[in-house]
This record gives sequence, structure tokens and C-alpha cells, in this order.
Amino acid sequence: MELNLLTLCYLIGSVTFILGLKMLSNPATARRGNLVAAGGMTLAIIGTIFLYTNDDGEKLGNYGWIFGGIAIGALIGYLSAKKVKMTAMPEMVSLFNGMGGACAALISIVEFDHMDFAWSVVPGWHAMVVPGWDEDFASVSMLNAVRGHLLIIVVGLVIGAVSFAGSMIAWGKLNGKVRDFSFRGQHIFNLVVLGIIFALAVYLIGWIPGNSGLIFIAIVVLALLYGIFFVLPIGGADMPVVISILNSFTGVAAACGGFLYDNKVMLTGGILVGAAGTLLTILMCKAMNRSLLNVLIGSFGGSKAGSAGGAREQGSYKEITLSDTAVLLSYSSKVFIVPGYGLAVAQAQHICHELEKLLESKGVDVKYAIHPVAGRMPGHMNVLLAEADVPYEKLLEMEQANEEFSTTDVVLVLGANDVVNPAAKTDPSSPIFGMPILEVELAKNCIVNKRSMKPGYAGIENDLFFRPKTSMLFGDAKKVLQELVAEIKNL
Amino acid sequence: MGNVLEWINSNQQVIYIVILMVFVGIEVIGRVPAVLHTPLMSGANAIHGVVIIGAIIVMGQAKTDNYLALVLGFLAVVLGTLNVVGGFVVTDRMLEMFRKKK
Repeated sequence: MELNLLTLCYLIGSVTFILGLKMLSNPATARRGNLVAAGGMTLAIIGTIFLYTNDDGEKLGNYGWIFGGIAIGALIGYLSAKKVKMTAMPEMVSLFNGMGGACAALISIVEFDHMDFAWSVVPGWHAMVVPGWDEDFASVSMLNAVRGHLLIIVVGLVIGAVSFAGSMIAWGKLNGKVRDFSFRGQHIFNLVVLGIIFALAVYLIGWIPGNSGLIFIAIVVLALLYGIFFVLPIGGADMPVVISILNSFTGVAAACGGFLYDNKVMLTGGILVGAAGTLLTILMCKAMNRSLLNVLIGSFGGSKAGSAGGAREQGSYKEITLSDTAVLLSYSSKVFIVPGYGLAVAQAQHICHELEKLLESKGVDVKYAIHPVAGRMPGHMNVLLAEADVPYEKLLEMEQANEEFSTTDVVLVLGANDVVNPAAKTDPSSPIFGMPILEVELAKNCIVNKRSMKPGYAGIENDLFFRPKTSMLFGDAKKVLQELVAEIKNL
Repeated sequence: MGNVLEWINSNQQVIYIVILMVFVGIEVIGRVPAVLHTPLMSGANAIHGVVIIGAIIVMGQAKTDNYLALVLGFLAVVLGTLNVVGGFVVTDRMLEMFRKKK
């Protein structure tokens, strides 16, 4: 009866995951979808704690440890998720993803330890592979079963560990703690590491050698190493794609757990996320008009030296004063605001909305042009501006905005850089060549607000700043906007 | 060959689930607008937190004198819970902002 009840819990859990994902992909139902999935998850977890029995019909023990762990995890998870600033959201997702990967890897480690032979270095202990193993009984199919078990453990371990290490690096990169790093032949190095992992895994599973414990540890270390070097050379601007890949990795790692325990909800949830995550990764790449391979191999960091190093003639840029900007904006009939990461960092979304309302009251048509990858993640800017109550209709997607730029008087670029870099269209040697951009130079005037002339996150110079129609307005986005609003009010 | 067939035969349920879920996963999010990429990723991130169930099983079956299993299992439960709770709460916070504009 209890076991049947658990099956029902898992069934409901699986269905809520599918429904949740479905609802999450539609703006109108997204929030409810998230809650539906969360509800199913809660049910599955509670069901597992109280109803799960193993093959021998024993219930779970160690309730103190379980509830203690859940309490600590829930408290930290809840508080950090509640407290994190909107700008740091992407890092947070990466961090949580890494936790999931680590969890999957730890499960594999413990399960490996459970296979009695694990830490034994005595040769010929084959007989102890499975409890109740008897040499007389040792049929091929039993050995195969052990191998299958071991295979799943190793796969879960490797994917989980790669996902964990990679996510930690992605997290560090997004909050600026880890810099891009690559060396000559890094891709070959990565392939070699991957090859060694594969070879060790084949050896471990195929031969089940006496020192399997050591090999297992070697696989753990190498998988962590691979995760680090997999993400390190990829430029910060591509982190969303990387996080999405690692996200689907963790899904597959979770599914391995489902194999291991013949647990249907883990299997469904894991595979579902693995598949959806892979598709989402591809969709994200499409939004940037780049292929996945291009993101992974032709990494921003790797090709940076090539293009940015060839210090081209940059010419000079011109600055514009606040009062000039105020006049220019007030007497325009159509203004576009292009928000970027700088706006998010400065937390300037509210004052930006104020500027927009002020200009509207003066009869200026103000709209926002949202590049699909502006900020640190797709949709980052939409979330940010929605927080400041900017009406949805004012946010134009890239294609629409590009059509309207030619009839626009002023484009105000707030802390965006790479997404308005004309090099993406004109310079084949640029690392971002081929990425669709907001063609702000079509407008009559372009005012760029930046803190300094430093290049953007992809680490490449932006020709836009040196174009004749462009004027620079230096300073922190929030401060500049505040002064600008005051200035316009005084006109 | 015989081995493979035998394996497929004894794991057919699981294989069916995997194949069907791959298609469901792809179908379900096929037409997501770019705006929702981030929340969707975050939501999916929370869902793979289902790995916590494995951690709970590991923890619950650990022998009380097996400190390695206890410590690692405990750590796994903490991390898994972080993934689940943090994931859903972050997603909710992102989506909360989307709702306001309606």
C-alpha cells in the first residue's frame, strides 16, 4: 500500500514536471508553472522520506541527518535566492546548478563505496563484487549487471563533477572573480583529459581491476579538471549558453540516479531537463546567430588576442555634456533607449523609467530596444525593466527596433556595448562577427553612456564610439540619469 | 549482440521512459519566446534538483558506522536541497517581475 502510494507520488511528480516546463514556456502561465513543478517536487521528496522502502522492504533511517540536511539546504537556498540582486541572478542559477551536479557526483561516490570491493586493493577479490556473490554462480549476466551498475555510477559521477566544476567557474566568471584564461592547445588538452577519463572508465568497468578505488578517484579528479578547463576559455558573454549546457548535463546526471535506484521521477525529471536544456541551449545560440560549436570552440577568450591585439586606428570620440543631452532628448520626437549590463549594475532601471515618463510627458515617443542577449542572460533586460514597471509594449525586440531606428532622433545607449558593436556586421575577424546587433547608427544621433572607454565584456573595442554621429556621456548610469532627469525638469 | 538484446529486454521500461521524455522535453519548450529563456533555464535547473531524492535514499540507507557515506550523503542532501529550494525561489522571483506588467 505504502509503496503504491509512493508510486503515485512519483507519477504526480513526473506529470507536474512536464506541465511545469510547458507552462514555463508561456509568459501568461510561467509563474504558475514554476509553482506546479515545485509542488510536485515537494510531494516526491516527502513521499521518498516517509514511504520509500528498499528491496528488502526496509525503510529509510537517519531521519535526523536527512531533516537536518534539508533544513540547512532549504534555509541557505531560500535566503540566498531571496536576497540576491536582480543583476546577480545569472550567477545564482549557475551556483544552484553546480550544487545539483555536486549532489549527483556525491551520490555516485557513495554508491561506488557501497560496492564492497571499492577500496579494496587485494587482487582477486572479484568474489566480493556483489553481496551474496558466489564464484559458482558467477554467470556472465551477473557480471554484466555489475558492469551496468558501475557504468551508471561512473557516468553520473563524471557528468555531475563536470557540471559542478564548470558551474563554479561560470559563477566565478559572472561575478568577476575568475578571468578568462586560455593557453595554446587548450582544446587538445581538453580532448586528452576527456580521452583519459574515457579510457579509465572503460578499464574500470571492463576489467574491474584491484585498484579500482584509486582509478575511481582519478576519474573524479580528472572530471573536475575537465569541467574547469571546459568553461575557463569561454568568454563571459557566452556564459548563459554555458550555464544552459551545464544545466542539461546536471539533468542527465540526475537521470543516472534514476537508473541507479530504478526511480521513475528522477529519471523523468532528469531526462526532461536534459532534453529541454539541450534544446534551450540551441535556441539561445540561435538568438545570437551563432552555432553551439562556435561558442564552445571559437571562444571569445581564445580569439581575443587575435583581433583586439591588432590595435587598429581608433580615431577620437566626442563627449557630450548633460545639458546638451537634456536639450537633445527633450526636443526629439522619437527616442530609443538601449539598455545593457551597465544599467543593471548601476541598478538604474527605476530612474530610467522616470526619464522615460518625463520625456513622454513632453510629447517624446520613448521606446526600449532589447537585444536578445543584452545583459548577462537572455531576457535579463526584460526582467529588469519589468521590475521598474516599464510597460511591456514599450520593449521592442531587436528586429522591430532595427526597423524603427532610421526614423529615430536619438538613441540612448545605457551601459550596452557588444550588442551595438558594428564590428559584428563588418569585421570578419571580430570574435562577435555574425551576431545580429542593434543597428543604432541608423538613427540621427547616438548617445552612449558608459563609465569609461573600457571595452565591453567580450573584451573587444567598439567602433561605434568613434563614429561621427555618436557622442559619449561618461559616468555611472544611475547618477547620470538622475542628473539628466533633474536637468530636463529645469528646462 | 545477445547481451545487448538481453539488456534492452530487461530495461525496456526505462528505455521507453528515456526516449519518450527526450521528445516530451523538446516538444514542451519548442516555442518559448526569447524573453523567457532565462526563467525557463532557471526553472529547469530547479527541476533537475530532483536528484535530491537520490541523496535522501543514500542518506537513509547509510549504515550508522559508515562515516564516509554519512558525511557525503549529508552533504549531498544539503546541496540537493539548495538546488531545489534556491532554484524554485529564484525562478519565482524572476517571474514575479514579469507578472507586474500585466
